[in-house]
Amino acid sequence: MSFDPERPMGTPETEHAPFRRHPLDSVLRSEVLPHIWCPGCGIGVALGAFLQGLDRAKIPVEKRVIVGGIGCSSRVVYYAKADAYHTTHGRAIPFATGIKLANPSLHVTVFAGDGDLFAIGGNHFIHAARRNMDLLVVCINNFNYGMTGGQAGPTTPHDARTTTTPFGNFEIPFNLPQLAAAVGAVYVARWTTLDVRRLRDCFAEAAAKQGFRFVEVLAPCPVSFGKNNDIGSGLDEMDYYRGLEQIWGSPAGLPERVEVRTDGDLSGTDISLHRPIIVGKFVDRARPTFLDNYRSAASQAKGSAP
Amino acid sequence: MPPEKGIALTGSHFMLGDQACAEGAIYAGCRFFAGYPITPATEIAERMAERLPGIGGQYIQMEDEIGSIAAVLGASVAGVRAMTATSGPGFSLMQENLGLGFMMEVPCVVVNVQRGGPSTGLPTSVGQQDMMQARFGSHGDYAAIAYAPSSPQEAFELTVQAFNTAERLRTPVLVMMDEVVGHMRERVVIPEEGKRTVVSRRLPSVPPSEYLPYRVDEGLVPEMALAGGGYAVRMTGLTHDESGRAVTDTETQSVLLPRLLRKVSEHREAYELYELRRAKDAEVLVVAYGITGRSATGAVEAARARGMRVGLFRPKSVWPFPSEALLRAARSVRRIVVAEINMGQVALEVERVLAGRCPVVRVTSPGGEVLAPELILDACAPDRGEKESR
Repeated sequence: MSFDPERPMGTPETEHAPFRRHPLDSVLRSEVLPHIWCPGCGIGVALGAFLQGLDRAKIPVEKRVIVGGIGCSSRVVYYAKADAYHTTHGRAIPFATGIKLANPSLHVTVFAGDGDLFAIGGNHFIHAARRNMDLLVVCINNFNYGMTGGQAGPTTPHDARTTTTPFGNFEIPFNLPQLAAAVGAVYVARWTTLDVRRLRDCFAEAAAKQGFRFVEVLAPCPVSFGKNNDIGSGLDEMDYYRGLEQIWGSPAGLPERVEVRTDGDLSGTDISLHRPIIVGKFVDRARPTFLDNYRSAASQAKGSAP
Repeated sequence: MPPEKGIALTGSHFMLGDQACAEGAIYAGCRFFAGYPITPATEIAERMAERLPGIGGQYIQMEDEIGSIAAVLGASVAGVRAMTATSGPGFSLMQENLGLGFMMEVPCVVVNVQRGGPSTGLPTSVGQQDMMQARFGSHGDYAAIAYAPSSPQEAFELTVQAFNTAERLRTPVLVMMDEVVGHMRERVVIPEEGKRTVVSRRLPSVPPSEYLPYRVDEGLVPEMALAGGGYAVRMTGLTHDESGRAVTDTETQSVLLPRLLRKVSEHREAYELYELRRAKDAEVLVVAYGITGRSATGAVEAARARGMRVGLFRPKSVWPFPSEALLRAARSVRRIVVAEINMGQVALEVERVLAGRCPVVRVTSPGGEVLAPELILDACAPDRGEKESR
């Protein structure tokens, strides 16, 4: 089969249907597609929801900055139309901090994986949240190091198999929403890549907010984590999400699997292979940002020479 | 983006080398500092914390030195001249992101006020033991540019120069101070604004539709689009083509890496600085930099007073080493003496440059104090031959 750019994917070669652009083409670098992600990977879904969310929040393309570290998830910087920086492993948050402080008019997002943000980059995460640095931090949590072939990381569930936990993971993982809430994030949410619309709305809401905002996206990694833990294909993992998730913050009156909590109690949100996964928006609060506080301190410095 | 007026502290001051370094940065337009406390560089951070908020700048104390250099790179891609300052242990932590700055071509200045090492070593005492780390500390082949001031005044001047070089060549530039220069208080004259050249990076001369982030002309330095400039710029530490797209193959690598190295090696006029003193008729040439350059000056004057024909070659830019200049100065000398507060680092480079043309005597020190001029003078004496001095 020859490649015909006028032919939409999936249509037979003989049927020349009129070419239709993807609705996200204007905010994607479509010239560099296809992307590098494996079949069944959830990162593309998260990127799509993120871009739709930024559109809904009316963040202009020229104000968008995306900073990635190293790993599969950080590769979104190549596909989104934005000023995009692919930095070193674990260091996307401080790099993004520099950008935000140098030009506060920019909307700066850090897009990285669980290993990047919470193993090698964990220190930067907790300090940026403590400072309430005005960043949107998106963590694609696929429970393992995907790019290097599926090793255990700080979010790998207890007992899970990876290439470096052949007898099951004997470590206890981070609970990321609990961590983010504890260190001061003003917005904390967790969704799976099954929840495309909720994820889109979550990104729109988070993008419109000031301060340190954290969104955890649970995403299938079928070729590594899924395979090693008998989850099956990416689609099978979506079914797994569908069957097991509970939803926080939903209106009352939904089926009894849904647990509504509005008191900020994050208990039960640990991720386990044996218990339902709880998703939802956990924190939405306001507190002065780093720049708010800096500006008020700097106003006292004006005119005072050493 | 030339710096605004009315900000430099024009006039004569009695000032620490560390403070003079900070004032040099401000004079050169630095408006962003990210750092982490470490002896003997802390006074640079303290000065910046005091000065920047009042002049529209940004100071941030990061959680570590890795975060500091990452934030500096981020500020620079958004268009603000940026600096961090540290000492040996922090400099070690910065190495990976120095490589990122070289690869992405991000102008910035990193100051290392050297103390004695290895490890925690001698936190409050002098060393010059990080000179080879400055040259080779990050992984992969890259070109380092490093200045070594000998006095607070020179800390001011060379920090201005470091920013100019960084902006002109779009690359990180190092200021390799040492504890004594950093903690020495001397007269520092800050010139009027405009008296020193202040260079700004080249911004895109074409609209976004025609812009390629890493396209170069014969100058080899690409024009730099800033974050928020509407150019949808893409930068990566991966091997990349001129569009900034990651292309990890040998063809792309063999275009990119040689260009990055040539960008530095072919612009010596942009950064090379050295001092020659009494070198014209010298039989013995002392090579020394930083605080040791002052000991060596004392040794040269003492030798001349005794009728010995001794001269000084003092590189102010140590990397890339001013090798042609040294060869010219050493044309008729019978011996080279390299004095430095380490066990022989820049001496290796001098030996490489001289390639056996004359003996090279090392005056070394494990660190902790300034080399006494007498030690250097002793190595210049006619009976010293090629023996090591210590």
